[in-house]
Parts: sequence; structure tokens; C-alpha cells
Amino acid sequence: MSNKEWPLWEVFIRAKQGLNHKHVGSLHAADVQMAIENARDVYTRRMEGVSIWVVESKNLHANEPSEQDELFDPANDKIYRHPTFYILPEELNHM
Amino acid sequence: MAEKDLLYNYTLHLADNSMILGQRCGEWCGHGPVLEQDIALTNIALDLIGEARSLYQLAADLKGGSATEDTVAFLRDVLGYKNVLLVEQPNTDWAYTIVRQFFYDVFHFYLHSELIHSTETRLSNIAAKSIKEVTYHLKWSSEWMIRLGDGTDLSRDKMQEAVNGLWEFTGELFMPSKIEQQAFEAGFAPDLNILKPMWQEKVEDILAESTLYIPEREYQQKGGKTGVHSEHMGFILADMQFLQRAYPGANW
Repeated sequence: MSNKEWPLWEVFIRAKQGLNHKHVGSLHAADVQMAIENARDVYTRRMEGVSIWVVESKNLHANEPSEQDELFDPANDKIYRHPTFYILPEELNHM
Repeated sequence: MAEKDLLYNYTLHLADNSMILGQRCGEWCGHGPVLEQDIALTNIALDLIGEARSLYQLAADLKGGSATEDTVAFLRDVLGYKNVLLVEQPNTDWAYTIVRQFFYDVFHFYLHSELIHSTETRLSNIAAKSIKEVTYHLKWSSEWMIRLGDGTDLSRDKMQEAVNGLWEFTGELFMPSKIEQQAFEAGFAPDLNILKPMWQEKVEDILAESTLYIPEREYQQKGGKTGVHSEHMGFILADMQFLQRAYPGANW
């Protein structure tokens, strides 16, 4: 057997109809078919899901952690962006 | 043989195959080549043992008295076990494990496809439940056959060696024991003669896709169904039954 590592895949599971797929973890697999089956075996054997997405980890792109300040801090004091200053009609009481 | 005895014995044929193959697959737990496949194979082991449990519960009901699924599974000796020789063959390596699984999965799949029409509803219910699992097992083992057979030179050699080594245990699947024959005549068991060409066709298809071939050797082993097992069987039962033999009635 070749010692080459199988690529890494990120796994997203939809817990039930109507909910979003949620990232649940990652695993190794030789190709997409094996990735889906491995995900089935590793992440859905206790009835956790009704749908599986896998994506090769290298195809996920993340922001630079070093840019944390300029990306996220400015939102801190923009409280007016939350719709909390409106008087809601009665029917929407539970928003 | 009385109808009840016949059903009891036929149920053991089915149950013992699943139990022993499940036990063999379970031996991989913690030793799989990669974590994901370790889990995949132990899932299959649990499916098989789950099916065996349902069947042993039925067997215990038929036997009556103080019989339980545990006494039927753990307190019979080698000669009382009716599984085919194929399922007790050792894991040896990943190739042997896959080929053994594939040969059995194809059989298991067509057997259950017929068994869901059994006149005996307790059997057809169990078959209906487990056929989904078996469908997945067959998909899983077929893909590994193709992946490794049509893989590298080394993986193909290993797979062909396993096919050669296990082929002589496939004929027994379709040689009816007296019990299977009577169960077929009584109307609640499938005709093994009908299953054989289905099995053969599927196996030939997947082997061709895997760039593997059926060995020319014609000789076929038999004996498991009547309790004449290979030397491996005693070791499996020693492992499996130790706790109930040493501590009778022990519970979780």
C-alpha cells in the first residue's frame, strides 16, 4: 500500500428536512464517493442525518486570522444595525 | 420433522451465518486500515449481529422453555452451528475480508430479496428489515472489490489471491442441507437453485469490473451447514462464548 495520505474532506449533515446542513467534522477518503460513504458510516450511524454534503478541505477558503480586527471589530458598536428600535405590530410579538 | 422444529433449524441456518460473519468483522474493531473503514466494518458487524439477534429471538421462542437468544447463541457447541464455511474463514488481510464479505453479501442480498416473500411472516419481517442494511453492505464490498481489484498491481494480486483462496467455499451456499430443502418444500424458504444464477451473474459482473477472474479449480468444500466445520470455528466460539461459559448468565 502506498503511504500517500488520502485527502481530507469536510462533512456537512442535514439533521432533518427544513434545517441547514451543518459542519460536523472531517475525514479522510480517496475520492468523493468514498467520502460520502465514510461520512455515512462515521457521522450518521446514530440517526444524525438525512442528507450529506462533503467538500474537499482544500476547496474551503477561510479569512486570515491576522485580519481579525479590521474584519470583525467594526461591527461591535453598530448596535443600530439590529432591528431593535422599531415597534413591532402585535402579531409579531414573538420575534 | 415437525413444522416447528423445521422452522427452528432453518432459522439457525440464517442466524448462524450472520452471527459468525458479524463476529469475524468485529475482530477488525480497532485494527482497521484507516479509522473510517474501521468504523464502516464494525457498523456492518453490528448490522449482522443485530439480524442474528432477531433470528435467535425467534429461534428461542420456537424452542420454548427457558431458551433465550443468548442460550441459543452462546450455549451451542461447534457441531450445533449451521453456518457455511465461508463466513468462518479467517480475516487474513483486508483483501480476504473484502472478498469474503462480497461473496456473502451477494448471497445475503438475493436470499433476503426472496425471503421477504416467505409465507412465514416472522422470517419475512426480519428479511424486510435487514435488506436495507444488506443492500448497503453489498454496495460497500462491491466498491472495495473494484477499487482494489482494478487498483495497483499489488492490490490486484492480493485481491486475486483472496478470490482464489475463498472460491472453494462459495459452492456450499447453494448446496441445500436437508433442512433447507425441507424448508423450501414447506414453502417458507427460498429455492437455492434460483439464487445461484443470480449470485453467479452479479459476482461475474463485479469481478469483471474489478479486473479479477474466477479460478479454474472446480472443487468445492462443504460441511458447515451440517456442523462439520473448519478448524477455525472452535476458536471463534471460544472467543465468542467464553464469557457465558465461564460466568453463566452474566449480564451487562
